[in-house]
Amino acid sequence: MKEEPLLLVKGLNVVFRYPGKEITAARGVSFAVGRNETLVMAGESGSGKSVTALSVCGLLPEESASVSGSARFEGEELIGMPQKQLRSFRGRRIAYIFQEPASYLNPVYTIGEQIAEVIRLHRGAVRAAAWREAEHLLELSGISCPQRAARSYPHQLSGGMNQRAAISMALACRPELLIADEPTTSLDMTTEAEIVKLLTRLKKELGFSLLFITHNLAIAERIADKVAVMFRGELVEYRVKEELFASPAHAHTKELLAAYEKVGRFLEV
Amino acid sequence: MNKTTLAGISIVGIMALAALAAPWLSPCQPAQIDAGNILCSPSAGHLLGTDSLGRDVLSRLIYGSRISLSVGIIAVGISTILGVFFGALAGFYGKAVDALIMRVVDVMLCFPTFFLILAAVAFLDSSIFNIMVIIGLTNWMGPARLVRAEIMALKEREFVEAARACGAGNLRIIVRHMLPNACGPLLVNATLSVAGAILLESGLSFLGLGVQPPVPSWGNMLTEAKATLGVAWWITVFPGSAIFLAILGFNFIAEGIRKDLG
Repeated sequence: MKEEPLLLVKGLNVVFRYPGKEITAARGVSFAVGRNETLVMAGESGSGKSVTALSVCGLLPEESASVSGSARFEGEELIGMPQKQLRSFRGRRIAYIFQEPASYLNPVYTIGEQIAEVIRLHRGAVRAAAWREAEHLLELSGISCPQRAARSYPHQLSGGMNQRAAISMALACRPELLIADEPTTSLDMTTEAEIVKLLTRLKKELGFSLLFITHNLAIAERIADKVAVMFRGELVEYRVKEELFASPAHAHTKELLAAYEKVGRFLEV
Repeated sequence: MNKTTLAGISIVGIMALAALAAPWLSPCQPAQIDAGNILCSPSAGHLLGTDSLGRDVLSRLIYGSRISLSVGIIAVGISTILGVFFGALAGFYGKAVDALIMRVVDVMLCFPTFFLILAAVAFLDSSIFNIMVIIGLTNWMGPARLVRAEIMALKEREFVEAARACGAGNLRIIVRHMLPNACGPLLVNATLSVAGAILLESGLSFLGLGVQPPVPSWGNMLTEAKATLGVAWWITVFPGSAIFLAILGFNFIAEGIRKDLG
C-alpha cells in the first residue's frame, strides 16, 4: 500500500452563510502535499486559495463559514475536529505565515517576545531558553543582527525583516507543514526574491513541506514540485510543475501563464 | 511627556507623598482638640488655622488626603477590573453573552449612580471599605463598554488571527494579545474615573453618609465648616481647594496621556 501523503485534502467545500446570502468559496477541492514537497497554489484574487488554506486548520470563523469534505494530516481528520484538539496542531505541526507581516505581528510586543511565546506555548521552554532559541531562529532566517531584531518592535523593522521574523515564529516549533499565504505579495521584488530564496534554503535545512499560495506563477516555476491552479472556488488544474508549464490544460492557467510571460519576471538574487 | 501630564503628576504626586508621610508631616494629631484655640485664623502656630473644635486644619487635610486618594484609586481599581472582565467577555464572545452583559450595563446606567450609592450606604454601615466597594460596583459600566468596543475592533486585526494560527487559546488571545492593545484608552478612562470617585466620596461624606467623624475626610470637613462659614473662611476654603486640586491633577494626567497616545 502506498504511504499516505502528509496532507490529503479531498472534496473540500467552504460555504459562507450570511443572512439571505450564501457564497461558495471553495467547491470540491482535492489535493495532497507530500513530505518535503512544495505545492504552489496559484490563482487570481478571490479564487478561494486562502480560504482553502485557512479551512484546513479550522481558522475560518465558525459562525459564518461551513466547511465540509475531508482534510487528513498524517491520517488524522482535521475537518470537524474540536478547536481544542486543533490547537495542538496549529503552530506546532502546521504553521502559517501571512501576507502583511507587520499587521500579523502584535504591535505591543517585541519580535523576540512573540517568537519566544510560541516556543513556550508549545514546548514549555523556560523564558531564557525560549529567548535564546528566538535569537537563533532569527539568525537562521538571515537577519544580520538577531539580538537587536529580537528587542525591536514590529514598527521598527522593514517589511522584509518583519516577514523574516514571522517565518522564524512559524518555524519555532519545527512544523511538518508550513502554509505560506501570499507571503511576498506586500513586498517589493528584491525582497520577494530574498524571502522565496530563504524559504527554499530553510526547507532544505529543516525539512518541512510547503504549501505556498501566490498569484505569481514565476514563483511557482522557481520553487514548486506541483502546482495547483484555482479559479472561482474550484481547483481547475493540479499537476507536476513541468507538465503544467509545458502544456497548460485549463483556459485560466493559460491566461495566468500568458500574464506571467508578459510581465512576470522573477528577480534572481 | 508633555506639560499637562507633568503638571498633573506633580499635583497628584505631592498629594500622594503627603498622604503617605501623614504621621510625620502633620504638625498635630488630626483629632486633637485644643479648646484654647477655637477658630484661629491661619498663623505660624496653625498654618491653615483651626476649626470649631480647635483641631488643626492642615493636619486634618493631610490625613483626609489618605481617605480621598485611597478611596479614589481602590474604587477605580475595582470598577476597572470588573469592567475589563465583563467588557472582554461581551466583546470577544458576542451574541448572547454580549446581549446579556450589555443589557445589564444599560440597566445599571439607568440608575442615577449617586442615589444608588446613597441607597446602598443607607443599608450598610458607611465604613471606608464599604464606600470603596460600593463606588467600584456602581462604576464598572464605563470601562466595560470601552473594553468591549476595543475588543470588538481588535478581533478583526490580523495579529489575533496569527495568534490563533500559532495555536493560542481564547484566554491567551484575550489576555496576552488583545488587552495590552486596549490599555491606552483604558488608562485614560481609569485616571478620569479616579477624579470622579474622589468627588463622589467627598459628596457622600459631605452628606454625612461617607466617612464618619472624627476620621477626617475632605468631604466631612466641609460639612463641619458649613456652620461657621461666615466667620471662618479657612475651614471651608482649604478642603474645598484640596478637592479641586486633586481632581484637576487627575484630569491633567488623563488629558496628558490622551494627548501622548495621539
